[in-house]
Amino acid sequence: MQLIDCPWCGPREEVEFHYGGEAGVAYPADPAALSDEEWARFVFHRANPKGPLAERWSHSAGCRRWFTAVRDTATHRFRR
Amino acid sequence: MAESLFRTGPLDGWAGRFAELPDSVTIMAEPFHAMVDVRLAPDGTGRPAPGLPGSVAAAVGTTPPEPGTWTDGEQAAAIWLGPDEWLVTSPFTPPAELEAAVRGPGGAAVDVSAQRTTIRLRGAHARDVLETGCAIDLHPRSFPAGAAAVTTLGQAGVVLLALDGAGTDYRILVRSSFAGYLAEWLIDAATEFRT
Repeated sequence: MQLIDCPWCGPREEVEFHYGGEAGVAYPADPAALSDEEWARFVFHRANPKGPLAERWSHSAGCRRWFTAVRDTATHRFRR
Repeated sequence: MAESLFRTGPLDGWAGRFAELPDSVTIMAEPFHAMVDVRLAPDGTGRPAPGLPGSVAAAVGTTPPEPGTWTDGEQAAAIWLGPDEWLVTSPFTPPAELEAAVRGPGGAAVDVSAQRTTIRLRGAHARDVLETGCAIDLHPRSFPAGAAAVTTLGQAGVVLLALDGAGTDYRILVRSSFAGYLAEWLIDAATEFRT
């Protein structure tokens, strides 16, 4: 099974983690002013690259902390 | 007529099953431990922010444990659970007293004694039994005496504490509702070490 490096706990099994999607998606400053299309873009549209992607992960079965990690979506390897 | 209520443990009545195990793997349900969850603002390194009262330290008579470790004091033990979270346990102090002892400004202390129960796993094959269902490296060079890990054991969430540097003595803190399952799992994992 794949090991993921938790910044606090060190390498742990993938099943201990919860995936949080792409990192760095900013919440709109004024959500009420957004059109439906802009809101859908914020909620659903992601970069989805083939290659390195900064993602949010939560070590839910361990220290329960969120952290950002860069993972290659083609190889599943995490960048050190 | 007044009825008396007695404290019961989730593993009461298992002593007979545990007694059937070989000496190389002994399991014991430890007596009740008061447990208090302490949340303090971290300073970014997993230690309490400077200036906060070392209420954890006061309880265990030493400095709060570093990430991935636990410290054993005379009256209480402190376990690192997260960068701003510690678990203070004591078999001697009643829960309410322990909670009052570690409570201080700038943080929160909550009695969670009923959440977990304590299992002691000892013997020459103790590490082998744990490695059957736990993915972290339990070799004493990476999990020495004083190491603590919040992880999964046989798919149940546990807090694992190393009591010695030889991989023969562990304390397992498991949620009370999972205690029966984990005890059954441990007995099954220990079966291969019967002679």
